[in-house]
Amino acid sequence: MQSKVTATGRSTPSLPDIQWQNYIVYIFFVVVLGFFAVMIGDKGFLSVTNLFNIARTTAMITVIAVAMTFIISAGELDLSVGSTTALAALICALVMQAGYPWPLAVVAAIASGLAVGCLNGVFVTMIGIPSFLVTLGMMQFIRGLDMRVTYTNPISISNQTYNGIFGSGYVFGVPSLLIWSVVIALLGHVVLKYTGFGREILATGGNRQAAEYSGIKTRRVKFYAFLLSGAAAALAGMLYAGMMQTARFNFGEGAELMAIAAVILGGTSLFGGKGTILGTFAGSLLIGTINNGLIIMGLDVSEQMMISGAIIIVAVAFGKKPGA
Amino acid sequence: MSSPFLQMTHIGKSFGNIPVLRRVSFDLQKAEVHALMGGNGAGKSTLMKILTGVYTKDTGTISIDGQTVDITDTAASERAGIAMIFQEFSLVPTLTVAQNIWLGREPRLPGTPFINNAAMVRQSRLILQELGVDIDPEALVGSLPVGFMQIVEIAKALSKQARILVMDEPTSSLSEAETEALFDLVRKLKSSGISIVYISHRMAEILTICDRVTVMRDGETVMTEPCAGLSVARIVEAMLGAGHTASFEWQDRGDRPAVPPILHVRNLRLASRVQDVSFDIRPGEIVGLAGLMGSGRTEIAETIFGRRTAVSGEVIFDGQPLRGQADAIDRGIALVPEDRRKMGLVLDHSVRDNVLLPNLARFTRHFFVRDAEALSTVTQTIRDLKIKTDGPDKLSRLLSGGNQQKIVLGKWLARDPRLLILDEPTIGVDIGAKSEIVATVRAMADRGMAVLVISSELEELMAISDRILVLHGGRITQDLNRRTVASEEELHHAIQGHGHRAVDAIPA
Ligand SMILES: Nc1ncnc2c1ncn2[C@@H]1O[C@H](COP(=O)(O)OP(=O)(O)OP(=O)(O)O)[C@@H](O)[C@H]1O
Ligand SMILES: [Mg+2]
Repeated sequence: MQSKVTATGRSTPSLPDIQWQNYIVYIFFVVVLGFFAVMIGDKGFLSVTNLFNIARTTAMITVIAVAMTFIISAGELDLSVGSTTALAALICALVMQAGYPWPLAVVAAIASGLAVGCLNGVFVTMIGIPSFLVTLGMMQFIRGLDMRVTYTNPISISNQTYNGIFGSGYVFGVPSLLIWSVVIALLGHVVLKYTGFGREILATGGNRQAAEYSGIKTRRVKFYAFLLSGAAAALAGMLYAGMMQTARFNFGEGAELMAIAAVILGGTSLFGGKGTILGTFAGSLLIGTINNGLIIMGLDVSEQMMISGAIIIVAVAFGKKPGA
Repeated sequence: MSSPFLQMTHIGKSFGNIPVLRRVSFDLQKAEVHALMGGNGAGKSTLMKILTGVYTKDTGTISIDGQTVDITDTAASERAGIAMIFQEFSLVPTLTVAQNIWLGREPRLPGTPFINNAAMVRQSRLILQELGVDIDPEALVGSLPVGFMQIVEIAKALSKQARILVMDEPTSSLSEAETEALFDLVRKLKSSGISIVYISHRMAEILTICDRVTVMRDGETVMTEPCAGLSVARIVEAMLGAGHTASFEWQDRGDRPAVPPILHVRNLRLASRVQDVSFDIRPGEIVGLAGLMGSGRTEIAETIFGRRTAVSGEVIFDGQPLRGQADAIDRGIALVPEDRRKMGLVLDHSVRDNVLLPNLARFTRHFFVRDAEALSTVTQTIRDLKIKTDGPDKLSRLLSGGNQQKIVLGKWLARDPRLLILDEPTIGVDIGAKSEIVATVRAMADRGMAVLVISSELEELMAISDRILVLHGGRITQDLNRRTVASEEELHHAIQGHGHRAVDAIPA
């Protein structure tokens, strides 16, 4: 994945050597879409309802994966996002259950995500523990906390305004979850690609020492990335809660791994320094489409898991550049 | 001359559609030390990477001992008896010397899959003895000084029965003593019949150690001649083209008028080596800092730049003490660090992104980076420093060593610093570019930039400095007006700690 793109001279008239490996996620997406269209197009795979369904079910992973792209591009990892989604969902539901207005619940939920991100950031950047370990521990801890908060009881959300905005509603016939994921992905894309912060993230992940010698405050940059990740996980949790109209302690189990898979499928380097949000978005949709198609084909969960796992490995293998 | 041992004929190589080598021919006699020279990006490393199987050639033939050989990969090259001492060492620091030498080829206990550790150590000791060096085969490589690592690399090559050894800029990170030791080794290898290709930008070295010189320019060989009787001027002319000269003359820039110093370093004491260092630099002044490798020059530079904190003493810039690196950068201090790959560049990012990195704030408005605006600065930098790249978007990893160094210099010069600290600024830079860098730095100093230069190349210090500070035993032992330093030898003596002269009073 470390391998290089050869820049071609502007002056040379012949064909630029396009690095198709950079577009592997889009190619796979089209291939998978085409395959299912042929196989199960008549079973409703291509119906607008089903396509919207894919978008709805992938929204949470997309939101988490967008932030995960920042984390991975900065050369770190965040495994705590899955359990954080449940924490935020539960807090959000509890605050509304206690009779407070929904905006307050949203603020509380985001705050819980920021708090987790802040803790991760402190341990990684100030105490210097590798993020893999910090967030692995945090993942356990928060999941335990999730179970403790309501003694594993689900909490239903009856506020229909909330549910409409965060998950169940439609705007001009487009599901709000799709709008959320598109907006978040576009926002992430713009920030990573066009802002100073984005450049600092990539430089930090590309060569931390060189970035520091250039005056980049790499610890601060990483800290912000963890805050971002925590907040995104909280948003994902609220979206999930809004879609289910309830909050449960086991929300987001395995979401961290799905998100990482989406990020790497999209073409972001696992070693940092190179990241693409559009790729991540496509990666997330690809995973969602595969799962959806396999369900419609009537495969059971065990077969679905085996096939989608295999496809992820194959896609990443194709995306690997020769010699890397 | 007898027919050559190695013959490379009409070698051609393009990356994408950019030709890097066009019909290059190169030959090597048995037991010859053959220098390969040329400007940055001329294609020296590429040619040698073709010989060692890292790249495959597009056209041409390679023959050894009269037999055409087909070098398709590194293993084939190894079988043909070719070994390369890489500039970025390819040793595993956490393994022992013996383990590194035999990595992947460990001797086994007869009839078993188990590694015969004793034999491995014994054979390593033999090779190291043959080389006449005292290195414990059971020491961890990570604990060795750089000079020794290189010797381990050579031992590794010999253990593979190499007959041709390629050394790409082997001395660039070696101290003077280590360089001497390396030269002894080269002579020893030569007398045992091994042929050596020696790439370097240091003229003096070439003329000392080599039998013949081949010069490349823009992917072509332009000269091959015996070293005896060859002048530096001839080589430089071949490298740069007729009519070009690289001037390395010192220019007397006169004494600074009564401007107050912009930098005061007072009684600096650092955790390592540096005991008590004080000096001043005035705007427009170029000050050289001379000293042995490991004397603490880099540590002083990093302290001024705010990357290290002093045990005691202070650094005052423009009347105010410095508070850390961010403050130093904000107030116009720049540091070109000594190791470009580790500290200077994000190798996987483009030339553009690397030049922009320390300048991001200047081109960022309301969070957004003004790429279009920034691009003109980047192209300006590429033009000013004559960085050889296909364009601003080329990955810096793909540039030749000397051009990478120019990016690091360029990214700081683009900030128009008030104090520029250069730590070994011309490692791996060709002689033409070296004199250009000297000229650029001088021009910026003329406009009021203060400069502190650290260099192990005395010739360079002598060429650029108005004043030379000698660091010895943790103190500034001499403060020499360049005008009073007659020769490199004199400076050399001062650095070794001989012949203390009273600290010259510099007319203010
Ligand atoms: N893998 C690659 N892809 C594209 N271009 C390359 C690649 N490797 C080298 N080049 C280009 O080929 C040219 C020759 O590079 P090379 O490293 O051989 O120069 P060199 O003579 O060793 O220079 P230096 O003295 O600076 O080390 C350079 O312009 C470089 O940018
Ligand atoms: Mg080179």
